[in-house]
Amino acid sequence: MAQVFAYLVHNDGALDDSAMELVVAAKAIGDDVTAVVTGSGIDAVADEAAKIFPKVIKIDDAALAYPNAEVVRKALVNVIPAGSVVLFANNTFAMDCAPGLSIKMDAAYVSDVVGLEADGATLKTVRQEFGGEVNTHVDVDAAGGAVVTLRPGTFAADESKSAGGSVEAAAAGDVAAKRTFIEIVEPEAGDVDITKADLLVSIGRGIEDEDNIEIAHELAEALGAGAEVSCSRPIVDAKWLEPSRQVGTSGCTVKPKVYLACGISGSFQHMGGIKGGLVVAINKNENAPIFQVANVGIVADILEFLPELTEAIGDL
Amino acid sequence: MEILVCVKRVPDSAENEIEMNAEGNDIERDDLVFSVNEWDNYAVEEAIQIVDNVGGTVTVVTVGDDESDEVLRREMAMGAAKGILLTDDAFEGSDCKGVATILKGCVAKGSYDLVLTGAQADEGAGAVGGMLAAMLDYPYASLVNKVEVGEGKLTVGREIEGGNQEMNEIEMPCVLSIQTGINEPRYVGIRGIRQVSGVEIPEFSAADLGVDAAAVGEAGAKVKKVDYFVPESGDGAEMLEGSDEEIIEKLIEILKANGGLA
Repeated sequence: MAQVFAYLVHNDGALDDSAMELVVAAKAIGDDVTAVVTGSGIDAVADEAAKIFPKVIKIDDAALAYPNAEVVRKALVNVIPAGSVVLFANNTFAMDCAPGLSIKMDAAYVSDVVGLEADGATLKTVRQEFGGEVNTHVDVDAAGGAVVTLRPGTFAADESKSAGGSVEAAAAGDVAAKRTFIEIVEPEAGDVDITKADLLVSIGRGIEDEDNIEIAHELAEALGAGAEVSCSRPIVDAKWLEPSRQVGTSGCTVKPKVYLACGISGSFQHMGGIKGGLVVAINKNENAPIFQVANVGIVADILEFLPELTEAIGDL
Repeated sequence: MEILVCVKRVPDSAENEIEMNAEGNDIERDDLVFSVNEWDNYAVEEAIQIVDNVGGTVTVVTVGDDESDEVLRREMAMGAAKGILLTDDAFEGSDCKGVATILKGCVAKGSYDLVLTGAQADEGAGAVGGMLAAMLDYPYASLVNKVEVGEGKLTVGREIEGGNQEMNEIEMPCVLSIQTGINEPRYVGIRGIRQVSGVEIPEFSAADLGVDAAAVGEAGAKVKKVDYFVPESGDGAEMLEGSDEEIIEKLIEILKANGGLA
């Protein structure tokens, strides 16, 4: 396989943990592995990356102070040789940058892979469809290079930080862009803080109707002071609950003692927001992907099951 | 403002139980119910709201076949003035780059200030919008959950991690991929669809679009789906079974044991 590059993300001067997984993925498909970090004043980040990767390219430029996807893409095209494989951790930056990069490098593109290996100039990948209910084998012709985004958790991270790699500086080149970063707007605080709850009654599409949300509130109330109602993305999209109650990578990260996932299919974006505690899944679809990742599963219609549970707890 | 919205006909995941076929290499497709990709409805609604505010026309386009007609008409019933169907045997088996190449041909035939896509569709790739923008040398923003129209440019919010919103200024013409939740897509009734049933939808082939047939379809695809399979379930959940009463009793024990119930 050609040279493999991994683009590393950092926040507030700290390298993202995904670097420790990307190095494993990169080595799985090639021997010549290099990390790329971009930003302004990033010596410390580059040094940290060199503990993980044998080689690091540092593109340090004021224009890269914020990772504007268009600016970063131009810098990467200027620095990475044609025909290379470029890996990203699949996140909102990769979604913004990687598809366009593949076009500018005239390389194949495959996103959100959950399996990755090399077979000659072909990348054998695995992807998910229909929210993880089925997987697909996808073959990628990487003879002319490839851009790949990797779902976090696909490879076990190498946390040894013993690479002892070297750092080389590269110039960003012409990165003039038609898109300008303005600012980050933080979410408004809601009237509840689900990140502090001991127990979450979390509802998804299975609640079916706004009027049914009451049964989740009734259960949370019966469960006591430490319990709150949270939800998955479709409930916030429908404006049935406020965004501050959304669990997932685009919402809150929670760590309750028990997470009751009620009528939630279990997309990885949702599960990515649950960082601990026992996950109990209640879903009427016995094939729901959430039963693969939950600790305890119950096949039941939440519209009937939750009121019964509320009543039973009330009788205790 | 002239806005082109790219939409797709997809299996409706709320209406279908996804199962494997008898051969075990594909999903069972015989009884699938299809509808418009959920994200695309938000994109069309956003386009209509922009045009309502500043004037202009919304055109919806899809790469598909005769069956895609209903999808275009549904979006036209929402308020898109025009529909375009891009159809050719040579388009079959296109990967994301192939689809973007076909759409590029369509964009070039018009004069659009803004091109919208859904943030993703049924395959979850989220790639076509970003590829199309790069091919056109237009600026691009993904996962857009806010659009404000300015003079020759837009202010757009992107949904990024942790509920944060990344605000950007972007020059037009540009491509945006629209995230769910940005608006509340309007309801479309049978009557609305009937009203647009007579509107002519032009069809363009590869030749009409000036698209090299070898660059699209299966011939041009570097990314090929080999087969479908059911993932191994790992350890999986401990399933509670029995009568509702028995299950609830076990669940209450579990809640108590894990500190979820005093």
